[in-house]
Amino acid sequence: MKKAYLGVDIGSISTKGIIIDENHHILASEYLWTEGNPMDAVKRLIHQLRNQLDNKKYKIVGVGTTGSARKLIGVILGANVVKNEITAHAIGTLSLYPDVRTIFEIGGQDSKIIIIEDGIVVDYAMNTLCAAGTGSFLSSQSRRLGLEVEDFGPLALKSKNPTNIAARCTVFAESDLVHKAQMGHKKEDIVAGLCKAVVTNYLNNVGKGKKIYSPIVFQGGVSKNIGVIKAFEEATGEKIIVDENSHLMGALGVAILSQTDQKEVDFNFDIEEIEFKTKGVECKRCANNCEIICVYKDGKLIDSWGNKCDRGAIKVRKEEKSR
Amino acid sequence: MKNKCKISFPHIGNYNIAIELLMKLGLECEYVETPPITKKTLELGTKYSPDFVCTPFKYQLGGYIEAIEAGANTLIQIGGPCRLGYYGELHEQILKDLGYDIHFVNMADADFAKPITFYNEFKKINPKLNLKKVSTTLLLAVKVIDAIDKVEDYIRENVGFEKKDGEFEQVHKDFLMELKTIRNKKELKQTEKKYYSRLKNIEIEKPKKPLQVGFIGEYYTIMDPYSNHHMEKELAKKGIVIKRWMNITNSFFHAPEKQIKKSIKDYAKYDMGATSMYTIKCALDYAKEGLDGIIHVKSFGCTPEIDSMPVLQRISEDFKIPIIYFSFDSQTSDVGITTRIEAFYDMIMMRKEKKR
Repeated sequence: MKKAYLGVDIGSISTKGIIIDENHHILASEYLWTEGNPMDAVKRLIHQLRNQLDNKKYKIVGVGTTGSARKLIGVILGANVVKNEITAHAIGTLSLYPDVRTIFEIGGQDSKIIIIEDGIVVDYAMNTLCAAGTGSFLSSQSRRLGLEVEDFGPLALKSKNPTNIAARCTVFAESDLVHKAQMGHKKEDIVAGLCKAVVTNYLNNVGKGKKIYSPIVFQGGVSKNIGVIKAFEEATGEKIIVDENSHLMGALGVAILSQTDQKEVDFNFDIEEIEFKTKGVECKRCANNCEIICVYKDGKLIDSWGNKCDRGAIKVRKEEKSR
Repeated sequence: MKNKCKISFPHIGNYNIAIELLMKLGLECEYVETPPITKKTLELGTKYSPDFVCTPFKYQLGGYIEAIEAGANTLIQIGGPCRLGYYGELHEQILKDLGYDIHFVNMADADFAKPITFYNEFKKINPKLNLKKVSTTLLLAVKVIDAIDKVEDYIRENVGFEKKDGEFEQVHKDFLMELKTIRNKKELKQTEKKYYSRLKNIEIEKPKKPLQVGFIGEYYTIMDPYSNHHMEKELAKKGIVIKRWMNITNSFFHAPEKQIKKSIKDYAKYDMGATSMYTIKCALDYAKEGLDGIIHVKSFGCTPEIDSMPVLQRISEDFKIPIIYFSFDSQTSDVGITTRIEAFYDMIMMRKEKKR
């Protein structure tokens, strides 16, 4: 049996999974919607990956999770590595593009920039307060225009004269877009303008104050949009590299990290048949009222978190006893 | 005021202990401790504050309301170097509009250059006060603040390396409890001695060259652990020495303005107000000392700190030291903060390994 490593990236919008061998070759990969239920999404993901992998030849010995639900899914999958998205994305990209200096990443709800020097992360930033210039903004605007988000990019390329759209804020951008549409601007010009607005917003907010050097790698769901790629190339004057697996970089990174971890895990695909449940309990021992999340595997408490102090931790133990 | 005076002061770090001593021993008043800051404090504060005011205002307003509910009828605002200096009037107005019958003492009316103005403010609290008693206790309070700052500096640099989890925290808690009971300088000295020996007895395992991170930023957010989501503790736990110059002692008593201005003149010519000069000075010092990284914290919309950020970016570039920026608002969730802190840790760790 050969060794294989599983990486799972559970974002707010989509869940990504990847299985690699010891030489980082991709053996299986899957991309599906989280639909607000990370536990269910990860079960569907594991099911798909199981079908793709040659189970007689490979055995999974490392599991890594990243993305906003990394902790929960890490517990469920018995991961040996649980890593933040920034490090995971950097490691994933570096494994394919060792010379990369700048990583642009735009996902469903967040966007980040990672600056790399000599193969290590030296600076990064994430959007914090506003979702302007992320994937969900683009998809809601495409719906408004009656377009599939997949058609957005190709249509933007047809434009010769992109409409100017206020990029500072999602709300302003939306009202500006409505206004320009009613004025009679062509659809392709508006779409191209939106792509430009996303890029301007990204560079001004997330990339604020950062020196951008090439090679630049662009990834995350929005990197599939050719209109945004073009807008980035125009804004930076550099070539933008987009990998065919650009949406899987986080999962790849965390799979690689699970390989470098010394501990090996005994992963079993049967996880899709085990029942996992979470329960939120309010601590009520002080005015903080920490909401403690308890994770149950087949009715047995396996982990809990969310308490700010030890008083909350005791409560969980008690509950376990009473079961 | 007909009723007996019951004084309270909102939390900022642990400094309320010094105020409590001053009120109890110096002004001979009853003191009501504001309940510890919790989610409820912030909820109360946010509910009755203008939306765009900075978070320290909200924390303080919430604290006042909780103190009133705990029985206080006289509230103190000490003002501050920025908008904080104008907050007293608004706090008082909001509390009165809410129907609370309270006495509000705004120390922002006092002038540091003329200590007598403080006496006048104190007189509003207790008209029969004894000037000698007030001045000796004021000195004691200053010494208590100094003691708190020194002990916390020591803890910050060592807590990440304790062998048994929670030992430093326990000693810190005991120390603060005992501080509340001291009556004079002699007792303060004894308490300090006792706790330093307890602190030094805690077993630690510190590598020769541990990771070091400097903390800089806006006055309130940096000094109040709840406001910055206990970030110092989170980071220290990963085995990092935390350095922080900003505290009451340093900013009030060891901040020669001229010297600071001179030391940062290559980066900033003019004072941008509030703590901006200190922020820049600290960043520059930490960069020169070769720390592994700097964390900048501020409340959302803090203008002086926003102004100093481009300067920090230049320092970061010139000295190749990573600086990350956090902005706190009343709705800030832990998740985004944890992600960025973890990434910061990974980053400085990998840089360090690379250097070796």
